Amino acid sequence: MSRRAFLGIAAAGIGGVMLAPGIQLIEIARAATSTPSAGASAKLRWGMLIDTTKCATGCTDCVTACSTENGLAPVTATNAATTAQWIRKIEIKEVKTGRSASAPVMCQHCAEPPCVDVCPTGASFKRADGIVLVDRHTCIGCRYCVMACPYKARSFVHEELTEQKPDVPRGKGCVEGCTLCVHRIDQGQKTTACAEACTNAGHNAIVFGDLNDATSEISRRVREIQTTQLRADLRLDPGVRYHGL
Amino acid sequence: MRTAADTRNFWLLIALGAAVTAVGLAAAHFMELHGHIVTGMNNQVVWGLPHVFAIFMIVAASGVLNVASIGSVFGQPVYKPRAPLSGLLCIALLAGGLMVLMLDLGRPERLVVAATHYNFKSVFAWNVFLYSGMVGIVAVYLFTMFERRFNHLSKPAGLAALVWRFVLTTGTGSIFGFLVARQAYQSALLAPLFIVLSFGWGLAVFLIVQASMYTWNDRHLAPEIQRRMARLLGVFIAASLYLVAVYHLTNLYFARQGAFEAFILRDGGLYPVLFWGGYVLLGSVLPLLLLFHPRLAGERATQAASGLVVLGALAWLFVFIVGGQAFPLEIFPGHEVSSSFGDGAITHYTPSWPELLLGLGGVGAAFVLTTVGVRVLDFMPQDDFAAIPAATAKH
Repeated sequence: MSRRAFLGIAAAGIGGVMLAPGIQLIEIARAATSTPSAGASAKLRWGMLIDTTKCATGCTDCVTACSTENGLAPVTATNAATTAQWIRKIEIKEVKTGRSASAPVMCQHCAEPPCVDVCPTGASFKRADGIVLVDRHTCIGCRYCVMACPYKARSFVHEELTEQKPDVPRGKGCVEGCTLCVHRIDQGQKTTACAEACTNAGHNAIVFGDLNDATSEISRRVREIQTTQLRADLRLDPGVRYHGL
Repeated sequence: MRTAADTRNFWLLIALGAAVTAVGLAAAHFMELHGHIVTGMNNQVVWGLPHVFAIFMIVAASGVLNVASIGSVFGQPVYKPRAPLSGLLCIALLAGGLMVLMLDLGRPERLVVAATHYNFKSVFAWNVFLYSGMVGIVAVYLFTMFERRFNHLSKPAGLAALVWRFVLTTGTGSIFGFLVARQAYQSALLAPLFIVLSFGWGLAVFLIVQASMYTWNDRHLAPEIQRRMARLLGVFIAASLYLVAVYHLTNLYFARQGAFEAFILRDGGLYPVLFWGGYVLLGSVLPLLLLFHPRLAGERATQAASGLVVLGALAWLFVFIVGGQAFPLEIFPGHEVSSSFGDGAITHYTPSWPELLLGLGGVGAAFVLTTVGVRVLDFMPQDDFAAIPAATAKH
């Protein structure tokens, strides 16, 4: 056999061996495709109002409640850079005036989410009701969404997890972020863990609700008081609004 | 004629390349087993040293194809015999770069998900097609060059490869260019900048490989050819410097980018050192001197310049990718901020061994592919020996 003929047969053989299982897997993957937005209503737009005039400096009840609810490890000095922080308290001071404020920052559940745009597999997605989530089954851990999020709202799971909550599946090597306590919402509960904790602490700085429902408390409040969107210049139409910044 | 020593050396090279690749694969396995906690990456710097290697190889892969394009599309006789080697290097570098990129994923075993689920708004998803398409087109291009019956098709195939490589590098630059979140990126300039950078990086890699092959065969490159390629490398280096300067100048002009530029160019510790010392001085100015200074220019100087260009490229990519992420996101412009999540603070990133070994593993894989390709098929540029016999006979 000539070298040319050998190479031709070898190339065809390798091609066949590589393609055949791929085609098989495409069929399996297609069969497994689900509809992630099933059940969510496009009539709703879940969102939050954060009143920084009521948010207490040094209080981290919302952060603790989020960790407990979602099974996140407590933040320590050594793990702060790599552990998942779905919500964190930011201390803010205006450089020119010295005016200071404190506010929790989490996924802003944008109507035009950059994380969804950049995700190669579509694992980052926005539900019909405005909640932005990561499909843990199709996230390949490329971290492009972390690069794209202007709010630093996404965390990458850097190590093996223990003590997960059954309602909140997580996994090493995937990216995750605030789910607006979607497991609670889908069970018919009316508030998120962070908003609940803030109310319990007597601050009432976080209001959760349906921005599309004109009669909801959040709609009434954002109609009556001045609110701002973080990085409003990007026109991402976030579902989280801030008062007093 | 192949001698026994030739064969022994070939297997030695393969063993060396395979060993480096195996160490890289082992490093990737270690990372997958323990998670990215064993790397220097964190939630602020999410792309580290593996991306520096991967993006270097992918950008150089498209650039290395220029040699073929100049030969078969623009009909330059000196470059034509070099077209096959250029195509082979393109495929090898692309494979090496993609290997690193894939193995650095949080879930590398989900590659099939990436191959079956596409979000066509994602630049990454476009790139999956651009990279696989590139391998396909270059493979066809190589076939048209090797198979005499199809030689007449090598010009259109080369043209297709040329167009595709421009689109591919535009795609690579746009991975960053389309990011609005971080101050280092979001610039339309990044696509053309990456294209121009690819010219220099690709040619540098080509010259290094070509020089090694000539040394291996105890040959010397004809001085005319050597001078032409050296001049071309010099032009590419100068063009890259120009676009990098424009990128920083536009940033410096925008008040909102001032703090970021001060960080990257002056106050950022390692990053300004790597930018000025690594990219500008060692990776650009010194190579230009070596290539154009009448007393220095020559075969050795060209090889040294090529090596320096590669080092400068890695330095520039480190500053661009890691430095660009280390600078904090500006969520509250005009405010000082602090939090447990590193808001408002410069992030420290120290690459870990597994990251470096994975990156080198990709280089090793590209090396093995190149070595096997050169051995199995005839990639050694031949025509110039016949064309310029006097030049090669002197040693």
